[in-house]
Amino acid sequence: MNKEKELSYNSPSEFYNSKETIDGDIATINLGPTHPATHGIFQNILKVDGEKIISSEQTVGYIHRAFEKLAERRPYNQITPITDRLNYCSSPINNLGWHMTMEKLLQVEIPKRVDYMRVIIMELARIADHLICDSVIGVDTGALTSFFYPFQEREKIYELYEEICGARLTTNIGRIGGFERDFTPVFHTKLKSFLKTFPKAFGEWDSMLARNRIFMDRTRGTGPISPERALAYGLTGPNLRAAGVDYDVRVMHPYSSYEDFDFIIPVGVNGDTYDRWMVRQEEIRQSVRIIEQAYGNMPEGSYKADVPDFYLPDKADVYNNMEALIYHFKIVMGEMEVPAGEVYHSVEGGNGELGYYLISDGGRTPYRLQFRRPCFIYYQAYPEMITGQTISDAVITLSSMNVIAGELDA
Amino acid sequence: MLNNEALLAQLEDLFTSNILSSEINFNMLTVEVPAASIHKIIAQLQKDENLSFGFLTLIGAVHYPDSPGREFAVVYHLDSWKNNVRLRLKVFLPLSNPSVDSITDLFPGANWMERESYDFFGVIFNNHPDLRRILNEDSMDYFPLRKEYALEDGTREDKDDRFFGRD
Repeated sequence: MNKEKELSYNSPSEFYNSKETIDGDIATINLGPTHPATHGIFQNILKVDGEKIISSEQTVGYIHRAFEKLAERRPYNQITPITDRLNYCSSPINNLGWHMTMEKLLQVEIPKRVDYMRVIIMELARIADHLICDSVIGVDTGALTSFFYPFQEREKIYELYEEICGARLTTNIGRIGGFERDFTPVFHTKLKSFLKTFPKAFGEWDSMLARNRIFMDRTRGTGPISPERALAYGLTGPNLRAAGVDYDVRVMHPYSSYEDFDFIIPVGVNGDTYDRWMVRQEEIRQSVRIIEQAYGNMPEGSYKADVPDFYLPDKADVYNNMEALIYHFKIVMGEMEVPAGEVYHSVEGGNGELGYYLISDGGRTPYRLQFRRPCFIYYQAYPEMITGQTISDAVITLSSMNVIAGELDA
Repeated sequence: MLNNEALLAQLEDLFTSNILSSEINFNMLTVEVPAASIHKIIAQLQKDENLSFGFLTLIGAVHYPDSPGREFAVVYHLDSWKNNVRLRLKVFLPLSNPSVDSITDLFPGANWMERESYDFFGVIFNNHPDLRRILNEDSMDYFPLRKEYALEDGTREDKDDRFFGRD
């Protein structure tokens, strides 16, 4: 099939056992599949001369779950839980991105209040995502405290998810057309106290690492990438911005009323691990700003759009109203009318441009659904970023790229 | 800034007969081009000073078993940040020879996306540096996202495609 291959090896195992390893001074080592540094399951075979990495080969797909195939047999409502399991550090962004894709296909008009509620939730998810990634860089540079410290704040975000949807990690948050209920009084109390206490706690944690001599020495100049190469490899999100390119889907292709908010897109200079860390830290501050603006200017109105074909009716209506009963039955059985069409919708996920390419042929399931999974695309740049670096640099470069196995393997 | 209509007009000027069909839906321009010229067209879109489609968003394949001679579509999503406009390019390939030129030399990031399309659909990308399976295991001898592979166990009688809106 692939006859014109010019490589010296055909498979990872051949790379592993190739001639220069057996005869020369080059050692071959495995980083993964299960290794504390991978934070998931994927393999890196490194060829090292002393401690210097000469070349590397990546194997992915260990937790491939055939999401794109599964989606072809599922009614549209039932696809939301699949999206949870892509980037599980910020699953609300995946869920809401999928709802917005469906709303684009159905051309539903969404109340402003729903947009603002979504912005609050997505920015909370972005904070949770960046907190994990940045604290893990601390672990890999030897500072375990920096990992435990922000988990208290992350826990508060998870409690906010619980108030909205009852779940914490795989959230399945919201519905096509809005939310199942408005923000509860407990949510308001918790969000207010989060907005009050978080900046201080975050500042303390930030000051632990930001100007820490050991941390800076370990991360500056580690795993750098130039803006040209970053673009060529299709990097998005904080990794691209750390290289100095100010592309953010929230600004370039605004969705969910992001154009209403005033925020800064932080960019780095060198595209190294320190810049990636710094960009994420600044994005957390900007996310807090966005939440404050959205929460302060919350419009009045409904928490759901008028899409009876997709949005489950009130339980009281189901028992007392024939129309509602029919809709309830149709939605639960997945018998919805969907127009034929092709939609591409993307949102700014925790680690880059998360896209949904949906082809509908009018049936009750998608004809084809493809996810643009940012880390699957930008992980290709990893070998180039670590060549010439040491093994310990490879470890922190990997964690600073925020590669999430669930998203990588779909 | 460039809107979809203006973009289409520019593309028609540039590529004339290479544009087989076009449509604008959901605020995105879709253009079908011949498979033989896809590499040339993307190279030109990337280089062109005014258009500058410098970012490859996504490559994916689609299987249409019921359209003879056009069984596979390979779909390219490109983004021009200069004009803030997205473009979808499509090529159709026959089942007998599902091959198209690779664009890894233009966008190194296309490498894994093309490998994924090969892995799941069996689309061959000519001149690809390393066309191997990526998410599935190497010993697999079929292409699982093709429509002939049903998701459910084929021996089940309580569920069939009619229940899923297809006959």
